[in-house]
Amino acid sequence: MLMAPETMMLLTMLVPILAVPAIYATGGMPNVRETVTVTASIILIYLVSSLYSAVISSGAAVALRSPDLFPGLALTFEIEPLGMLFSLVASYLWLVTTIYAIGYMRGHHEKNQTRFYACFAIAISSVMGIAYADNLFTLFIFYEALTLSTYPLVTHAGTSSAKEGGRVYLGILLTTSILFLLLAIIGTWYTTGTTSFQAGGIFAPETPSVITGTLLVLFIFGIGKAAIMPFHRWLPAAMVAPTPVSALLHAVAVVKAGVFTVLKVCVYIFGLDLLNDLPTTQIMLYIAAASVLFASFVAMRQDNLKARLAYSTVSQLGYITVGALLATSAGVVGGAMHIAMHAFGKITLFFCAGAIMVAAHKTEISEMRGLGRRMPITMTAFFIGSLSIIGLPPTGGTWGKWFLMTGALDAGQWTIMGVLMLSSLLNIAYLLPIPLRGFFSQSGTTGEISIKEAPLPSLLALSFTALGCILLFFFTQPLYELASAIL
Amino acid sequence: MTAHYPVLQVAIPLLAAPVCLFLRIPRLVGLFAILVSGAAFFISCMLLQQVIATGPISYELGGWAAPWGIEYRIDTLNSYLLVLVSAMSTVVLVAAQTSIVRELREDRHTFFYTAYLLCLTGLLGILATADVFNVFVFLEISALSSYTLIAMGSDRRALTASYQYLIMGTIGATFIIIGVGLMYMMTGTLNMYDLAQRLPDVYHTKTVHCAFGFFIVGVCLKLALFPLHLWLPNAYAYAPSVATAFLAATSTKVAVYLLIRYIFSIFGITFVTTSLPLEEIFLILGLAGIFAASISAIYRLNIKRLFAYSSVAQIGYMILGLAIGTRLGLTATLLHLFNHALMKSAIFLAIGAVVYRIGSAQLNHFAGLGKKMPWTMAALVAGGLSLIGVPLTVGFVSKWYLVAALLDKGWWPVAVLVLISSLLAVIYVWRIIEWIYFTQPRIIIDNVKEAPLSQLIPIWLLVLANIYFGVDTRLTVGVSKLAAQSLFGANL
Repeated sequence: MLMAPETMMLLTMLVPILAVPAIYATGGMPNVRETVTVTASIILIYLVSSLYSAVISSGAAVALRSPDLFPGLALTFEIEPLGMLFSLVASYLWLVTTIYAIGYMRGHHEKNQTRFYACFAIAISSVMGIAYADNLFTLFIFYEALTLSTYPLVTHAGTSSAKEGGRVYLGILLTTSILFLLLAIIGTWYTTGTTSFQAGGIFAPETPSVITGTLLVLFIFGIGKAAIMPFHRWLPAAMVAPTPVSALLHAVAVVKAGVFTVLKVCVYIFGLDLLNDLPTTQIMLYIAAASVLFASFVAMRQDNLKARLAYSTVSQLGYITVGALLATSAGVVGGAMHIAMHAFGKITLFFCAGAIMVAAHKTEISEMRGLGRRMPITMTAFFIGSLSIIGLPPTGGTWGKWFLMTGALDAGQWTIMGVLMLSSLLNIAYLLPIPLRGFFSQSGTTGEISIKEAPLPSLLALSFTALGCILLFFFTQPLYELASAIL
Repeated sequence: MTAHYPVLQVAIPLLAAPVCLFLRIPRLVGLFAILVSGAAFFISCMLLQQVIATGPISYELGGWAAPWGIEYRIDTLNSYLLVLVSAMSTVVLVAAQTSIVRELREDRHTFFYTAYLLCLTGLLGILATADVFNVFVFLEISALSSYTLIAMGSDRRALTASYQYLIMGTIGATFIIIGVGLMYMMTGTLNMYDLAQRLPDVYHTKTVHCAFGFFIVGVCLKLALFPLHLWLPNAYAYAPSVATAFLAATSTKVAVYLLIRYIFSIFGITFVTTSLPLEEIFLILGLAGIFAASISAIYRLNIKRLFAYSSVAQIGYMILGLAIGTRLGLTATLLHLFNHALMKSAIFLAIGAVVYRIGSAQLNHFAGLGKKMPWTMAALVAGGLSLIGVPLTVGFVSKWYLVAALLDKGWWPVAVLVLISSLLAVIYVWRIIEWIYFTQPRIIIDNVKEAPLSQLIPIWLLVLANIYFGVDTRLTVGVSKLAAQSLFGANL
């Protein structure tokens, strides 16, 4: 071990940030600039992986605490299994996405690429902060930093539709976080005198359930990044962003930061026991379940591929929130595993959508008939990603859904069980036809002979994540251990 | 020497102002003004240190003992503000050296610095003195010199703006002096601490109630509390940029100080809350100001005017803190006083740098400036984020304390309203960001360069202060708490 784990934890946040000046300095030389990003992401993977082995082998607590910002409130970080899982997923996929982005951004002749890579790095740094935050206050700071650093990525194109999308994105995320989440955090602080995450929750048993119940509602809606309806509109709006952004941030980092926060709040602020007793838990559970179902229905009606994937994400995020609110251990394990499984599945799908956009210039699903014969690798990857989202073997998505359903059974929530099953059927209906038609139906238009596969870096990236989906089915043990260590 | 700090603080800029006229050479005058303001800053820091260490300092002007002579009294509250005002003044003066070259004719530079130093004198005097008549004198010094500063704006509408302010300001000052007269009639003293002791005997009289009423209205005019804010947007929009930065950072803050001083040190909180429904008035006007001004800010096309309206809204937050009427509420007000000065001075100086380069503060002229003036624009964005209250900036600290104070009082709905209002700030700040970074320039800005270092340095100093005091809150929170404690602890 070269460094103390504490130093490494600090570096996970600093390395991407330090890459930013380097990215700007080398802005004139794209190859060097991209080397900087790739190097930073490799270092990050190394750091997170060594942290993982350090935590697994010794089990020692890795914690950091800054001097107080306000009396009694400091920036605190500590590694716990859920954060470890989240940071592992985010760091690995950053590298993959960077490689994909090199192909995509150049293939698509995007402008302002320096700003793009710089903001991306800041966003990753914020994600690391969220993953390791040990109190709500710290988490909130990085949560807002993530919103702000991803805004320039959403409006990247600078067109009026991009600005429009950016407004919705920022509007909803900031509204929910400032109005509900901040209020919930200050309320929690005021009620309990602390904002630290503690196993079993922080509320005293005698706290009136009116307060805790209200706080739960504020938290669930306040974490706008978890995209519970009716605060989901930002996600489809964010689809104006370049595809690598949609892939990493709006399928992985940002939305997972949301559901990750939901899980953390449920487990470490409320505690599963308290959650079971709260009057509002049931209500929020049904709202989340409704979100799962409605988003699936909306997804079916989208012809734009990225929009369909966005609504699919809204639906899948609902699964994780449901898992947290079921307040059973299987639910939480399922939610945590689904964070990783859905990340790999959805990033594959977005990579494919971007590849199709760059290579075939197609964005609408109805135009993609017969495309599989021109882009076989892309469409195969899309097929595998779809299986994982649906939750069919042999892909990793199976396990997340398995535990989620077990959790619903444990809680005796038959309605929820029904919703989850119905939604899986809907997933099949809106995802599988795309690759199937791509392979088996005749191309509608002529002159498609010229279409070739996407640039090599993009192809490598999407093959890698598709392979990841399959591998996660067979080698799921470490993930399960991490997830079950949460409780 | 050190014993005379309380008066030197005021006397140095007062004496230096006419000296400017003799120095004549604009560059020399500019440097001299920085030096003077820097000296005031140094003295105020010494005073703050001394007050924290040994308690309030009382200084008798000319050796005349208190009820007859004028007493200067420095306690935690005003030494904290003395530091703020003199620091802001110094930083702004550094930026002024180049900024006024573009905005003012050269023969006016000397007058500008003279008026500026007089204004500084007035503000520091209001803070330092413990004599209500003396307050009025300094109030007029600062007001008259700020009318001059505003009238120097390059746009001809500056003259009407200044005139508007003159009328409103004079009405305010008249109300204040009427209040002073009535109090003198009833108690026979002008010293704040004598007043505080003698007033309880005459609390029941209508005259004292009347005096208080005049007073509150007069001061609220000065501090631009909604709906008495009408003079402010024009004044800020047409004054030279550096003057706007200086006035926005200091003059309304000093008026808020005066309000706090009168309420807590002279009349006493119990009298104030029983004689008038001040809690409700401040609550309603504060909230109305926050919303009305923030919404107007959203529709402004001139960026200086936009932030002027935002200032009116921010004053609403300070008044809201007062309305809470608890120690925590007062702490929140004092914190925001300091923090808002940091945000607005940074923002207005950044706008000043743009005016210096492109000669306009119209929003649509900011299109595409993100590429041409990256550092200035980054500063503007940082100031804007602080205004919104993004974590790790001073704005977040203010908001946290205000919301916590509201929750402590049990005013949940008001806390929600405060948070909603910060979303309005998001809207007006984001309009600017969209123009700066995501819009194609409409006018030719190819030859626009980054602002000169002499402006960038003060701007970034303020931006870094915004971040520093957002992270390390020991000084601001500590002093605000101390001041709030002493104001609540003893009704002098």
